[in-house]
Amino acid sequence: MSRVGVIGAGHGVFGRRSDATVQELAFEAFRLAIKDAGISRDDLDATVVAAVPEYHKQRSVAGVVQEYLNLNPKPTWLTEVACASGSAAIRTAWMAIKSGVHQVVAVIGCQKMTEMATAEILALMGRVGEVQWESIFGSTFPGYYAMFATSHMHEFGTTHEQMMQVAVKNHFYGSKNPNALFRKEIQLDKAMNSDAVASPFCVYDCCANADGAACLILAEESRAKALSKKVVWLDGVGCATASMSVLRRPNLVGLPSAVEAGQQAFRMAKVTAKDVKVAEVHDCFTIAEIMAYEDLGFCKKGHGGKFIEEKRSYIGGEVAVNVDGGLKAKGHPIGATGVSMAYEIVKQLRGESGERQVPNADIGLTHNVGGIGQYTFVHLFRRD
Amino acid sequence: MSETQDKRGRPAAKDRPFLDELEAKPFWANLKEHKFTSQRCSACGKFFGFPPQFLCPHCLASEYEWIPLSGKGKVYSFVTYHRAWHPAYQDKVPYNVSLIETEEGVRMMSNVVGCPPEAVKIGMPVEIVYEDFEDYTLPKFRPAT
Ligand SMILES: [Zn+2]
Repeated sequence: MSRVGVIGAGHGVFGRRSDATVQELAFEAFRLAIKDAGISRDDLDATVVAAVPEYHKQRSVAGVVQEYLNLNPKPTWLTEVACASGSAAIRTAWMAIKSGVHQVVAVIGCQKMTEMATAEILALMGRVGEVQWESIFGSTFPGYYAMFATSHMHEFGTTHEQMMQVAVKNHFYGSKNPNALFRKEIQLDKAMNSDAVASPFCVYDCCANADGAACLILAEESRAKALSKKVVWLDGVGCATASMSVLRRPNLVGLPSAVEAGQQAFRMAKVTAKDVKVAEVHDCFTIAEIMAYEDLGFCKKGHGGKFIEEKRSYIGGEVAVNVDGGLKAKGHPIGATGVSMAYEIVKQLRGESGERQVPNADIGLTHNVGGIGQYTFVHLFRRD
Repeated sequence: MSETQDKRGRPAAKDRPFLDELEAKPFWANLKEHKFTSQRCSACGKFFGFPPQFLCPHCLASEYEWIPLSGKGKVYSFVTYHRAWHPAYQDKVPYNVSLIETEEGVRMMSNVVGCPPEAVKIGMPVEIVYEDFEDYTLPKFRPAT
């Protein structure tokens, strides 16, 4: 069966974008992706839009974006699985191409989050969990990951300082990414002493909401080769789910959906965790990146704290992780995040990442988590 | 945005359980009488756990009984909130939210009360304490005596 390749990628600036509507954000990324691919609108068969509707004032975003991009009457549709919506859109486009229905598909992840008050967004995020059996006790989204952190620390001796080293790394690389929300390095002691949020988390353990968009152009193998000389292949896709409620998880030291999605993707692409040179993982909270190292097999379960402490996820280590700043420093416009991750991997595999370039990057991975692992998508990209 | 509504007038936080939901109704009614119960499958004998549901999550049988739990358990994991994510919790910070595992192996979310949040630890023995409101009761836990 023919492969699916990425022939173009575009990325807007993440941040508080009061200067643009959501469709303008989408256009910004789309225009760059089309230019990067060297194609025109006419070459496209369809668009898949990723966005999470409840965070938008604008309803039915796919149609609004499609019109703004002047792509009517071509087909479009929306994908939604919380923070993993972007990767769901990529998976959907991959499936559309694999099935032979479409040959060239644009994937646009876009989100305008800062229209809403943070308190309102957090009240909404609380409902990523089980509404009636958990929210009545005052639990919200950061608290779930905080419980994972507390369990991980208890079981494996992971320290808060190790967790915060994830933030230090990601801000270090974020400072070099012109598209990042936060472009400043942070110091470990200052971060450790930032305000307590949901213990063990302080402010610097948490990623920030942002506005932004990213776009990929995917194409069927023969079309990809005809249209582009710098194709990056999407050779492995994995997707898995776990219970909505943490009450029914086997433990709180990892995400079973991430383990399963990773194994599916590795099997399909016929590679192992050791082959991955550069990875984008879902660091919505510092502990999430540590659990991702373990769930994906970059290190053994329980060794994630040491992995970051020994800088093995820096450029020059075994696998460079979140060298675009991650959700932590780049910002997390939830619908855009999965596409933004893929953008970074595509640029890395093409050797176009400048001072953040990972040497000899030939295989890259994205790990995009919805909620607290209710959904996880793992994608494997390869350069020939 | 008020305490109960967001900008679009939707409920902003569920401070109250859904008392009338069919499967959960006996749970809340029992709790009002200070009886802490869980569904146990008549076919495989396992507890359903929470939230209550129509079929056994283990074997899909539909016959079950509401069985009293001892009310004793331990803290499986926990978090202390230092920030109120919603105005309704403004005067409660810092407060604890814990995942409780009962002696019977059933897990539920709750609050450990009756001790400062910093005293809560994983594995800490706890027992149920009933917090009564006008028309319902919430199951909370305190350090076991
Ligand atoms: Zn059963």
